[in-house]
Amino acid sequence: MDNAEVRRIRNDFPVLDQLVNGRPLIYLDSGATSQNPLSVIEAEQEFYEQRNAAVHRGAHHLAVEATEAFEDARQTVADFIGADYAEVIWTSNATEGLNLLSYALSNAGLWAAQGRGDARLKELALEPGDEIVVTEMEHHANLIPWQELAFRTGATLRYIPVDDAGALRMDVARDTVNRRTKVLAFTHASNVLGTINPVKDLVALGREAGALVVLDACQSAPHMPLDVKALDVDFAAFSGHKMLAPTGIGVFYGKQDLLDILPPFLTGGSMITTVTMERAEYLPAPQRFEAGTQRISQAVALAAAANYLTETGLDRIHRWESALGQRMVTGLESIPGIRVLGPAAGQERIGLAAFDVEGVHAHDVGQFLDARGIAVRVGHHCAQPLHRRLGLTATTRASAYLYNTTDDVDQFLDAVAGVRAYFRA
Amino acid sequence: MSLDQLYQQIILDHSKARHGSGLAGTQAPGGATTGQSHQLNPVCGDEVTLRLAVSDGKVAQIAWDGAGCSISMASASVLTDLAEGMTVAELHEVIDSFREVLRSRGKIQADPDLLGDAAAFEGVARYAARVKCAMISWVAAEDALNQAA
Repeated sequence: MDNAEVRRIRNDFPVLDQLVNGRPLIYLDSGATSQNPLSVIEAEQEFYEQRNAAVHRGAHHLAVEATEAFEDARQTVADFIGADYAEVIWTSNATEGLNLLSYALSNAGLWAAQGRGDARLKELALEPGDEIVVTEMEHHANLIPWQELAFRTGATLRYIPVDDAGALRMDVARDTVNRRTKVLAFTHASNVLGTINPVKDLVALGREAGALVVLDACQSAPHMPLDVKALDVDFAAFSGHKMLAPTGIGVFYGKQDLLDILPPFLTGGSMITTVTMERAEYLPAPQRFEAGTQRISQAVALAAAANYLTETGLDRIHRWESALGQRMVTGLESIPGIRVLGPAAGQERIGLAAFDVEGVHAHDVGQFLDARGIAVRVGHHCAQPLHRRLGLTATTRASAYLYNTTDDVDQFLDAVAGVRAYFRA
Repeated sequence: MSLDQLYQQIILDHSKARHGSGLAGTQAPGGATTGQSHQLNPVCGDEVTLRLAVSDGKVAQIAWDGAGCSISMASASVLTDLAEGMTVAELHEVIDSFREVLRSRGKIQADPDLLGDAAAFEGVARYAARVKCAMISWVAAEDALNQAA
């Protein structure tokens, strides 16, 4: 990719073409939520204009059309991450997917205790003495569900620390992940540090321990080729709104043999076979985990987003964004009083950079940039423990996507260079 | 609205001066009743712990510790200057007025006779995301005042 191609891509994103505070909008907050191309907006509109109906019920024409669109979308997204069709479960977002898993696992304990379900559920259940391992760089969405699972089951939560450069302490991880570990959950790429974690090494540790391996793919699925089979993770979760799709749709991936035995989290309509007044039998995955009327148009739109990314090429997007990330870090490091979190310039990182401005609070930095039409994220980015570890409460984060040019980054850097003088820091 | 209208000189000055900052170094005057309140803005991590001493129906002292953006720190500093010496009723009136202006989305103008330097925060009302920054120490003061009075 190059700037000329990016400028063509930008034509597909109507929201980017506007003035903010009298300046052309420079959107550098895609790590929080991304913008939608016309093909995604139109896919959702087309669904409502031509085939809206409830899925998996009703024999009428629209119901059939809607069900086909919904299930075709599942296949498209399965192909997008290298999964099989029935391994893709629709959720609202990654947060819901990770909660789904944590509750399915505590339900596994309840079922096993009463001899319900598959005999292998006993191996999945957690109890006192068992351990759940996360990392110190997790987003709250991949931390709190595990804290609560530990609370419900009596298991212990442990974490792999990060070093000062924002890399996982893999030397420590070799002890932290051990035969007591039942779940190992970690992010593919850090939404604060920009670090790409050594998934293969972590999966190997998890396998050796006999743990379930859970991948938070929120910052990887939108930005780089993702193959859940090649990575050999047991579960993965990501959000549609971070990958050009609307809000309200996300994906939870699980290996078929695990999904087949896991108890459901949410129960109700559309996920059952036989229901009596006393109890119910459940459909296999994916329906087992999709209770109630689903987010049908959003799933269709997410498939359109996946197609847009595939047609552009995830490897090309990844290279472009990595270059933008390097440009950010190199530029930021040359500005006095700026401390960039995570890998230094020249080290691998995704297309984002979080930083501290000496003597100026992140909120003020964000306000200063907004006055120049530049949208960034300020705060702890849903990673309070990581910020505490780095001795900070709030930082500013710029995060790029396939619609950002090098000029966007340069204007951002130019603005950041003026922050400390304005606030007399 | 321009950035300079939001970050008025008074605000930038007070964000550095931080009048009243430093709980550890201040003793409440003898005979005063005190109240203390800790307020946290979970969105940005802004934090203020404010202690207020009341003696003979008047605010004898305000002291606070805090960390946060320039708006939140300046607001605590301005509040300190304004409140000391006020009666309990006067401070309540000022806090109510400040809150009304800040929550008005710019529709209600600040009364400089009542709010003094705090009128400079009028522009913050136009930035919904920043209203809490300006309010945090005032919420703490109200809470502390209710304890002390």
